[in-house]
Amino acid sequence: MSEDHSLDGNAAAGPLSMIFAVDVTAAECQCARCGAISHFARARLYMLGPGVVARCAGCEHVLLRLVRAGQRLLLEARGLAYLSLDTSQLQESGS
Amino acid sequence: MWRVGTVVALRDETATARTITFEVQDWPGHLAGQHVDVRLTSPDGYSAVRSYSIAAAPNAERRVEITVERLPDGEVSPYLTQQVAVGDRLELRGPLGGWFVWRPEQTEPIQLVAGGSGIVPLMAMIRSHRSTDGAGALRLLYSVREPGAVYYRAELEAPAGEVSAPKVTYAFTRAAPKGWPGRIGRIDAALVASTTWPSKLVPTCYVCGPTSFVESAAGLLVAAGNSPGRIRTERFGPTGERQ
Repeated sequence: MSEDHSLDGNAAAGPLSMIFAVDVTAAECQCARCGAISHFARARLYMLGPGVVARCAGCEHVLLRLVRAGQRLLLEARGLAYLSLDTSQLQESGS
Repeated sequence: MWRVGTVVALRDETATARTITFEVQDWPGHLAGQHVDVRLTSPDGYSAVRSYSIAAAPNAERRVEITVERLPDGEVSPYLTQQVAVGDRLELRGPLGGWFVWRPEQTEPIQLVAGGSGIVPLMAMIRSHRSTDGAGALRLLYSVREPGAVYYRAELEAPAGEVSAPKVTYAFTRAAPKGWPGRIGRIDAALVASTTWPSKLVPTCYVCGPTSFVESAAGLLVAAGNSPGRIRTERFGPTGERQ
């Protein structure tokens, strides 16, 4: 395997704050393919391309893609079955 | 949303790393471990964004400190470490990230493991713990290339007897100070076993550094009996210029 260029879900907090009012990197999420439940912050994150791609740390399935194209921001999240947030610990998402 | 941070102080930590202190007008406050994104925009409109961990403890003065390591081929870090002057205004987005954080209400023992500039968010935890008289005792295992690359050295060598001072263990990977009693090399199972909190005390572990370091250190903590659920990690990437 070549060198691992992945970061983790923590690093998506800034880009995701363009869409979500609260920080979702601290949320628990479920992978729609393998069913693994984990914190979004633990996902594998790839930021080398034109956007952000988060993959399940267990099965590598794409959880979420965030791409900026000109004035358009596209979020695709069909790989996420759900996000679950602890409302006692909510953080503004940098806004 | 981008906020404007005014540079109010600069301090060199090593020959290649500089701490920049910003005062941010409408800063909502942060938690130890969080980061900010910094955006630089050139006159022709090209902009570059990089993430930097916050080194300062939460404070009422709306101060945000980052420590930036200068990367030879970096697009942003040479500017931040060599050009930025007191009074300059930069764009910041944050505070960011609600997971890799330490909160003053945590009372369990805390194990910090840093690889190189991965010390930055952990320093915010040490400072926050000190300023709030945190309950759970801190230990820090700090892997660094050589003595000259240690950040915050004077502060980490806190006066003996200071109750909240963390117990600090260094792992020098290339060169150690003269008379260093330990071996030179990466963190290994023996060092983890002899210097980190025993897993039976159920510490929360925070590991920060380059991806390969984090994988290795987290693996050693698990092998020492810590549950993966008690280990929080934050990785830096090769492109991130991430501190």
